[in-house]
Amino acid sequence: MTDQSIPEPVTDAAGIGPDLWSDGNALGGPLAEVFAVDLTMANGQCAGCGRVGPLAQVRVFGGSHGLVARCPTCDAVLLRFVRSPGRCWLTVTGLRYLEVPGQSGSDIPPSSLG
Amino acid sequence: MARAAVLGRLSWLVADVVDIRDETATARTLVLKVAGWPGHLAGQHVDVRLTAPDGYVAERSYSIASAPDGELVELTVQFVSDGEVSSYLIGEARVGDQIELRGPIGGWFVWRPAQAEPVLMLAGGSGLVPLMSMIRSRTSGGSRAPFRLIYSAREPADALYTSELSGLAADAAAGVDVSWVWTRRAAGRPGGSTATCSSTRAGRRSSIRPRISADRPASWNSQRNC
Repeated sequence: MTDQSIPEPVTDAAGIGPDLWSDGNALGGPLAEVFAVDLTMANGQCAGCGRVGPLAQVRVFGGSHGLVARCPTCDAVLLRFVRSPGRCWLTVTGLRYLEVPGQSGSDIPPSSLG
Repeated sequence: MARAAVLGRLSWLVADVVDIRDETATARTLVLKVAGWPGHLAGQHVDVRLTAPDGYVAERSYSIASAPDGELVELTVQFVSDGEVSSYLIGEARVGDQIELRGPIGGWFVWRPAQAEPVLMLAGGSGLVPLMSMIRSRTSGGSRAPFRLIYSAREPADALYTSELSGLAADAAAGVDVSWVWTRRAAGRPGGSTATCSSTRAGRRSSIRPRISADRPASWNSQRNC
């Protein structure tokens, strides 16, 4: 494999596509359309392999129309977020639970959820 | 979502492009003035939304590059081939344009000036951007926390913020140690070395991820993983 065959690495700041992923921080904005707390800091357990970790560390594939979050350990689908006109669909069957920090444990000052 | 807006959740804001700086041949920094910006923490990001005349919407996340500074927010955008948002921000956006963004987003990958422990930062390519916000926040916040940055890029011409980081690295009193690692060739800059293996670029999906560690900076060897 030559260096030229490897695409430029994509960071959590860049666009994401079918072969490239972003980290779970990319879920922050879309989930904030629905939830009032920052779920990227919530610990979730993968229903596939039992891994526990913050949503910020999962792998996110997709684009503006929808996102698929996969477990970084076993690649199972944890969460799907799909927009359609006037609504969004959230599927979380790949997560056994989400442990959501309360207001006192939240790392985000309330003012930043403006 | 109107209901979300009523509840005070994250909403879209209008940002004015007030300055643009070229960083490399394929990256540039947009300085945005965002009315109503609530401030941010180093490491947070924003979502940028572009809407075409036919209603088509494209949305991407970009890390914030700047330290908190009132209503000013800087985004450094790396051109991505076929990237519909990055190609607009790199090639089309002009001073005076307006774009929509929402944020700040994300509380997981943040650094505050009150954190005194040593910080080891590893970044490749544009993955440096959120770490640069932390380095700049360290300076603007008057922090003395020891920082060490290992920054990997293909070659010196691809490296971001070179003069700013070189200045920090050359100032022994600054307390910021910077090492550059080139994955394609060694050239030019003192302190840069060429990675002796491709462990940082091992496959399509093993992109270089930024990390923060409270490890002891002096014990870290930039060649150890090779």
